[in-house]
Amino acid sequence: MSVPISVTVNGRLHELEVEPRMLLVHLLREELNLTGTHVGCDTSQCGACTVLMDGDSAKSCTVFAVQADGASVTTIEGLSAEGGMHPLQQAFWDEHGLQCGYCTPGMIMSGVDLLDRHPDPSEQEIRRGLDGNLCRCTGYEHIVNAIRDAAGGAK
Amino acid sequence: MIPSAFEYRRAGSVDEAIALKREAGSAARFIAGGHSLIPLMKLRLSEPSVLIDIGRVPGLSGVSEDGGRISIGALTTHADLESDPLLLAVAPIVAEAAGEIGDQQVRNRGTIGGSLAHADPAADLPAVVVALDAAIHIAGADGPRAVAASDFFRGLFEVDLGEDELITAVSFDRPSRAAYAKLRHPASHFAIVGVAAALTVEEGVCTGARVAVTGASTHARRLSAVEEALTGSRLDDDSIAQASAAASELGDVNADLAGSEEYRRAMTRAFTGRAIAAAASR
Repeated sequence: MSVPISVTVNGRLHELEVEPRMLLVHLLREELNLTGTHVGCDTSQCGACTVLMDGDSAKSCTVFAVQADGASVTTIEGLSAEGGMHPLQQAFWDEHGLQCGYCTPGMIMSGVDLLDRHPDPSEQEIRRGLDGNLCRCTGYEHIVNAIRDAAGGAK
Repeated sequence: MIPSAFEYRRAGSVDEAIALKREAGSAARFIAGGHSLIPLMKLRLSEPSVLIDIGRVPGLSGVSEDGGRISIGALTTHADLESDPLLLAVAPIVAEAAGEIGDQQVRNRGTIGGSLAHADPAADLPAVVVALDAAIHIAGADGPRAVAASDFFRGLFEVDLGEDELITAVSFDRPSRAAYAKLRHPASHFAIVGVAAALTVEEGVCTGARVAVTGASTHARRLSAVEEALTGSRLDDDSIAQASAAASELGDVNADLAGSEEYRRAMTRAFTGRAIAAAASR
């Protein structure tokens, strides 16, 4: 039995009917065609599906869409309103913070939460803040550099 | 991975949640943050026919203090515990243990009530609430009750919680000196072993000790032999090492890919020593 929900995604309100077992990541990708949010491990570990729910990072493979009823969700597509680059996206570009790119949207969304909590993070705080995101290319050095860069320059 | 189909109900109050649960029967489950339940449902290890969402019940979130008694609402997330100013000031053990859970995304969604009710054998907070001699506050159709944390955890994923009951809060006296030390599994971030120690110290002598371990066996439990060895002793490196050695008198110990039984016994000793030393220096 479907349940009506209203969820704001990237600033736009959506009124939808969803099956209770639909995961938020599938709502985003399959109903709203926002395929920037990736499914990696699908077991709450890799963080490729990370989005912001009311400003806090969450693994959208571990949230039912019905739990997002009334929430404001931000995906990688909604980080920069004007179609330009968010400072973190620019920093990942400048520092080459990606190899295959699969983990990148999740890394950037976790980076937003991280910089929100620690506007001037140490390397240790960056690595701890990215604990829930795996890069199987093991490109962590440049990812850490990119977040440091976005926070206001290399240290 | 797609969970089995279920019906979804959202409770607006504790009473409504309990009424919905009674109506739906034993195949129904409560859900708050869902960070233990949803992974199990995706693996179809849990297939509830009805989910009762308590995540928005008002009044169940936050940390408060009344007359030296600290109370934490069941829906308080690990992220909120980690950064709560009151906890950081008067019970930093709770904030530091919460900060060791999972990762930021998990801490943003997971709740203390969910962690305690689920009672994963390697979860962090069960050891902390046992060491703090906390009361687990429970609501049910017959009214509220409270149970001591050390009686709440009974076995592997087994707790003193009836089918139609739910945890509403945890409360404990402001601890004097308490700390948590954890050997963290590098992938799962669960405790291979985690030890919480709460001490009272008068002029360098330990006059009371509660020490609890998680990860080592089926459920969080007190290390009575360690507590007895500590009580009455002057706290120094030697007495701490001696007391920690008593931690090997655990009963059955878990063995898995993260560590053999022998390794876990050794790590329980080591992290018992670290937790006691950290608590003593507070």
